Amino acid sequence: MKTGRVIAASITAATAIFIAIGTIYPSKTALEFSGGKNLLRTSSTPQAAVENLGDEIRLRAWKPAYSSLANKAEFTQSDFVHDLTGYYLSLRTYATLETFQVRPLHASGDQAEVRFRMHWSSVVGPFTTTRDLHVVRNGSRWNVEWPLVKKTVVPPQVIPENYLRWDVIYRGAGDDWGVQDVEAPHVRIVDMHPVQRAEGVVVLGELLNEDVVPAYVSVRATLLSKSGSTISAEGSFDKISHILLPKQVTPFFINFPDATLSDVGSIRMEPLSSLVSASAGPVIAIENERLNPAPGATVTGQLVNQGGQVVNIAHILETLYDKSGQVVWVADQYTNHALLPQTPIPFTIHIPEDLARKISSERTITETYSVRSLD
Amino acid sequence: MKLRFACLIVATLFAALPLAYAQDGRMTLPKIVEAGNAFSIQSTGSGKGVLYIAGPGQVLKRDVQLGQPAYFETGSLYNAGRYLVVLVSGSSTDSGWFSVAPGSKPANLSFLARPSRLSIGLHNGISGTLYIFDVFHNLITKPTPVSFKLSIPSGAVQQRTVTAHLGEATTEMDSGTKEGFAQFEAQVDGISSTRVVEQVPGSPCGLKMSAQPAGNQIHLQTDPVRDCSGNAVPDGTIVTFTENYNGTRSTADVPLKHGIAQVELPAHPGATITVASGVVLGNEIRWQK
Repeated sequence: MKTGRVIAASITAATAIFIAIGTIYPSKTALEFSGGKNLLRTSSTPQAAVENLGDEIRLRAWKPAYSSLANKAEFTQSDFVHDLTGYYLSLRTYATLETFQVRPLHASGDQAEVRFRMHWSSVVGPFTTTRDLHVVRNGSRWNVEWPLVKKTVVPPQVIPENYLRWDVIYRGAGDDWGVQDVEAPHVRIVDMHPVQRAEGVVVLGELLNEDVVPAYVSVRATLLSKSGSTISAEGSFDKISHILLPKQVTPFFINFPDATLSDVGSIRMEPLSSLVSASAGPVIAIENERLNPAPGATVTGQLVNQGGQVVNIAHILETLYDKSGQVVWVADQYTNHALLPQTPIPFTIHIPEDLARKISSERTITETYSVRSLD
Repeated sequence: MKLRFACLIVATLFAALPLAYAQDGRMTLPKIVEAGNAFSIQSTGSGKGVLYIAGPGQVLKRDVQLGQPAYFETGSLYNAGRYLVVLVSGSSTDSGWFSVAPGSKPANLSFLARPSRLSIGLHNGISGTLYIFDVFHNLITKPTPVSFKLSIPSGAVQQRTVTAHLGEATTEMDSGTKEGFAQFEAQVDGISSTRVVEQVPGSPCGLKMSAQPAGNQIHLQTDPVRDCSGNAVPDGTIVTFTENYNGTRSTADVPLKHGIAQVELPAHPGATITVASGVVLGNEIRWQK
């Protein structure tokens, strides 16, 4: 009983001490987030001006950020905000600026060029955007000229859409015993290949929907030891296109952290499929795709939404093959811009350096999400 | 609750069995009774008695006059199985067993046809299993001829006659070469049950595309896509167009609409364009314009 009181008193005292320390010596970030006095540095140098702008963007303090711009007369605050968060609903809309880097490129007495690299955090992972900023002196202060990327305007037009939709009616609870239910889609693993990586074992492969109906698919792999016992079981998570239309092929990527391929005697693969309502649009073309060799190996290209509906998020899945046509890696990326009709959006997918020399071809597919389908 | 009560009665009666052999009031039981049929139990002796009949899911109690037959009307016992009969008269008890057999006439069929959807041209791809029941839903266990008939969309009919053993008859049928809905029928003694099996086209066969200039794009369009039996491949099937040019590639996964797939890709003189669907490759075009 006495011990309990001592602990309670100690915790209370420690809390009071920490509150006092926090109040007297607040951290810069905490003070800013609490709405306290702005501790931004004075914009006495081009770098400081950009850093201040970065801090304001990070805090979503749009008004002071916009007010600090040298060229704010050229656009509205709303344009500025939408330039950063997207004109249409996309991953950017709910992303937060985690950190940024400022790198001076060139400076003179009244003008400077600064590279502003923003590291954003989104629900599907981080992404980075870069802007080269022109900074101008205004008396004793420096102000950023924001290079606004104007809203893409799609010309007025009518794009006919008659894409298909599948709906599923399952058997009812009151149906007679023996009444058929709708058959699950038939899917098949057409390639499978385990790879040893520094972080563990990765099982790569491709899955084909060989049916005439859309399928919700997933792949589960179980690593078995040489004695037949289970080492580990994992499922494909997001490096797969879960909705497969008839005759569509998706790569899959199953990660077994800390596993060692030499311990594995066999792998049991379980492709899973179920019927799902789906629609066959929109069509996303991948144009001007290029495999860029090491160093800094990447796959670059452009996504073009050939439909008439805005695609809010596109998930790009890249299957990379060696000369024999075997899958050697699967990489993915989400676009942080909405895909407007007929408007190319560039993408860059990085390839692990150690695999880049093995890769001789690639195949790209996209999975899309639109607000209508997210409802 | 009823079942528990029946079990209690049966247990009590079993306890009284030794006494039964020491008393008068014997009964004569039928060996077998068809489910739902009327039957009678003859007893000996005189005076009054109580007859208990306990079996699967059913218990009957009847006051009887010893020495006279006790009549049980149609539908008294309808569950097939073994029944215990106990006659209690004063301090004497007699007991025995008889069977209730399933009715001989099929009245209900449970027909399992699998799968509900399959590709054309599969040997023994369709399986059908039939369970035959009488009017009281007892499984008819005696050998019974069953006729299976698969009417496929092309008009051809596959027919098999199978003898059901222990109430079950199974067969396998081939899917036809024409897409559509096949009627799979099982028939026993004038009663039938029908299931629908969807036969879907196979993979595309002889996939072919053509190309036309469309401004600074190439308009690519497949011929109507069909499988190797000439069935139109269903709309929504994905066709992949790939254009390779000078180390760059453009691709589009396009669903079939009205039997064809079409897309526009950038026009590059010297580009090589291929078409595929699933694991099936189509023709290749070299764009020269």
